[in-house]
Amino acid sequence: MSEYLLEVKDLKVHYPIKGGFFNTTKDYVRAVDGVSIRIPKGKTYGLVGESGSGKTTTGKAVIGLNHVTDGEIFYKGEKMNSGKKVDVSSEIQMIFQDPYSSLNPRKRVFDIVAEPIKNYHRKSKDDLIEEVLGLLNKVGLPPGSLYKYPHEFSGGQRQRIGVARAIALNPELIIADEPVSALDVSVQAQVLNFMQEIQQEMGLTMLFIAHDLGVVRHMCEWIGIMYHGRLVEEGPAEEIFNNPQHIYTKRLIAAIPDTNVDNIERNLQRREEVRIEYENHFHEYLDENGKPFPLVSISENHKVALPPKGGEQVNA
Amino acid sequence: MLKFTIRRLLVSLPQLIILSLLIFFLASLMPGDALSGVIDPNIPAEAIERQREMLGLNNPWYIQYKDWVINMLQGDFGNSYFKKQPVLDVIGDRLMNTVWLSLFSAVLIYLIGLPLGLVSGRYNDTFLDSVITGYTYLGFATPTFMFGLLMLLVFGYNLGWFPTSGSVDAKVTPGTFEYVISKMYHLVLPAFSIALIGLVGTVQYLRSGIIETKQKDYVTLARAKGVSESKVYTKHIFRNSIIPIAAFFGYEITGLLGGSIFIEQIYAYPGMGRLFLESISTRDFSVANVLILMYGFLAIVGALLSDIILSIVDPRIRIK
Amino acid sequence: MSDKLLQVKGLTTSFKIDGEYYPAVEDVTFDIGHNEVLALVGESGSGKSVTAFSLMKLHKKARVEGEVTFDGKNILEAKESEMNKVRGGDFSMIFQDPMTALNPLMRIKAQIVETLDIHETKKKSEREAYAIELLDRVGIPNAERVGDSYPHELSGGMRQRVVIAIAIANSPKLLIADEPTTALDVTIQAQILDLIRELKDDLGSGVLMITHDLGVVAEMADRVAVMYAGQIVELAPVRELFKNPLHPYTRSLLNSLPSEDMLGGKLHVIQGVVPALNKMDREGCRFAPRIPWISADEHEHNPQLREVSEGHFVRCTCYKNFYLESSDEITKQVEQEQFDELEQGGNV
Repeated sequence: MSEYLLEVKDLKVHYPIKGGFFNTTKDYVRAVDGVSIRIPKGKTYGLVGESGSGKTTTGKAVIGLNHVTDGEIFYKGEKMNSGKKVDVSSEIQMIFQDPYSSLNPRKRVFDIVAEPIKNYHRKSKDDLIEEVLGLLNKVGLPPGSLYKYPHEFSGGQRQRIGVARAIALNPELIIADEPVSALDVSVQAQVLNFMQEIQQEMGLTMLFIAHDLGVVRHMCEWIGIMYHGRLVEEGPAEEIFNNPQHIYTKRLIAAIPDTNVDNIERNLQRREEVRIEYENHFHEYLDENGKPFPLVSISENHKVALPPKGGEQVNA
Repeated sequence: MLKFTIRRLLVSLPQLIILSLLIFFLASLMPGDALSGVIDPNIPAEAIERQREMLGLNNPWYIQYKDWVINMLQGDFGNSYFKKQPVLDVIGDRLMNTVWLSLFSAVLIYLIGLPLGLVSGRYNDTFLDSVITGYTYLGFATPTFMFGLLMLLVFGYNLGWFPTSGSVDAKVTPGTFEYVISKMYHLVLPAFSIALIGLVGTVQYLRSGIIETKQKDYVTLARAKGVSESKVYTKHIFRNSIIPIAAFFGYEITGLLGGSIFIEQIYAYPGMGRLFLESISTRDFSVANVLILMYGFLAIVGALLSDIILSIVDPRIRIK
Repeated sequence: MSDKLLQVKGLTTSFKIDGEYYPAVEDVTFDIGHNEVLALVGESGSGKSVTAFSLMKLHKKARVEGEVTFDGKNILEAKESEMNKVRGGDFSMIFQDPMTALNPLMRIKAQIVETLDIHETKKKSEREAYAIELLDRVGIPNAERVGDSYPHELSGGMRQRVVIAIAIANSPKLLIADEPTTALDVTIQAQILDLIRELKDDLGSGVLMITHDLGVVAEMADRVAVMYAGQIVELAPVRELFKNPLHPYTRSLLNSLPSEDMLGGKLHVIQGVVPALNKMDREGCRFAPRIPWISADEHEHNPQLREVSEGHFVRCTCYKNFYLESSDEITKQVEQEQFDELEQGGNV
């Protein structure tokens, strides 16, 4: 078995653009266009990017919610996709962004959490109830919530229900798609703490998709930065934050507002410098199709999508 | 825009073909054909057979279908088995009567329905609103024919304000001003009977549309720009709330054209709906078939009309 | 104090719940000077957006009391027709969600011209050209073409620029920015914040910046008002607030942010939830139920906002001996409390 729980190789997800008089396929939206990710067991990999970068599409492809145009997905060394279809595994589960809309308002907590179990196992009602109660206990919800509806819970509690559903089948890999971006700061803290606890307790591996770099830095050991369907930089979190090499990464990091009032002047100045560098040099970091170049290793763990050698040298 | 319309028209074409095929086969299943009722029982069977051959009745179905379609395209819809005259002549006058009734009803529906919906949505949860919504619930619950009978009884017989049958006074000469007035006069009761019940949907759609739209951010932004309350309603809320109603307009019109069977029967109004009932009860299938085809055609045209209207009022549709 | 652009005194906005009025914003007092940015910070339910909407009298069904003096006039007493002259004119607003803030059926240019028409800015014949100039001013490329588009044809960042163009169309003296970057990506956020800063300097306008993002506050604000449960609990110049936060809520909030110093560690969690409007103890310190380890004597009855050093105001006395409980314990307490609450609810 491979040391990586999840390996994604050169993943591509393209959607046709229909147009013209007969609604024929004119072109493709290359939502994900050659992404390779490896996540070591028990670690958290943060996939960061702005809206439209393809980060959520990547996550959904891994779990089989999107077709795969090209590329391979390996889970525990086993290939998960044949052609466009991705096998659904009970060991990979997803936590969704919006705790308000991702839970069916007409279903009770019991039905929501029991649903994945019912899909894979035949169990008596009593066994199901016992199992769901155990899961609720694990995520810190009292037995009394069993027959309540989602609207009776606060945002943070709903996210717990979402987690209970996700861990119902004892998954090993969790794909968390912006799990806290709809929550208030204090609730966000609660959910992040709790996710870390669950992860340690169950030895989970996580693909953490987010746009908030502060949260990603807090949660993840590995970070991949996406732009226009490709990775522009990948490496250990510290390396990415302290030694960013790609201009896009630099811009993203420089754009985070800092709460340390002593740094503000410096940050604004730094942001302005990066902006100018970005405006003058960003095109050099893209190929003729406006896509980032393939990643090249610049150190043992750190990969950057730098322009191929021989091209204009960019000042890092 | 033009591209959208043309593409939409092209989509309607196969729908029409399927519809005509369906009716053709249903018609051929029905008893009777073009020779029904015109055959002298004394004519020998060979002569009938020859006649059938000549008329193409023994041809394979696709030839017959082709002939049928070509004839129709040339305006030949065949003869009524019952009245022994061309179907087109039978339908002609009736069609105009129904068109007038439908138009009159549609105008009433929008003339009364839109203001009611607007008031009800703007002042929702007030006494006025409860009165209007109360009326719409009653309207939903009341069958049109019952309401028609009630109107007939009260305004036709008891009060005697309006005529109780026909589409025009027999004494007036066509083409004169009196003739037009008489036609309108005959329309009032049936049109109101249709409209007062038919408008409740419009009222409810507009009401909920307005209630939804008035909470939208862009409405608040309009207020924050300093737009006066009355303008907020006319310029920002009304137009956005009316989209579903505009989209429904095509269906509404064709529904009216085809769906006034009860009212026409109650008011003995010589329209298409009544003709349809008559043709069925007299087993005049050549007329019934054409009517069914026409209703189907109207439904397809209605959908087409609705889509085109929607693409005009909503720029978001145009792009696709 | 007449040099202040906006003065808000004892602003109280109440909503009707089951036939009774409950204040969502209570006794809020602050001022904004020319060319000054005041940030109003708080989580959802704190009343910060209600405050903004009250200032513009945009709440249809609320009862608004107090005094709002803008440019020397009490605008709470202004007639609706006078108010329409102020709104969008000298006093305008940037909305939170650019995806929903523009009328989907109107072209961009028409939406800008509408506000120019109302406030009679520029000659009628020049307004269309000026609308394009404004689009250009907020950094929209191909302003001419964008002016003729519909909102759905633009990206979120572009739409927010249009919303800003509408807000600055009549050179306002006061600009309310209600979470102007919450719905945007971080690089777009930086651009929009730059733009607001730049426009403020150009026009000399005062800005009321409403946000929940403390990073944005630190960067943008001159002074900060922290709101909790409808009240301002702390008001201070920005440096002072971040360097020397006093109120327990401010301190808790700052500690619940992921930061460089404690990567991967437990974040501080504020116990409990924001109380519901109609179930709030309005006499005591409203934050008291969320810091139960602080003894009841530390709180004052009917706490007031007091100036503790120059320009630094804090509500209630409980800040004096406040300390943060270790995260682990709090997390456990929070969970236990939520657990109990749900359990009780479940037995009803």
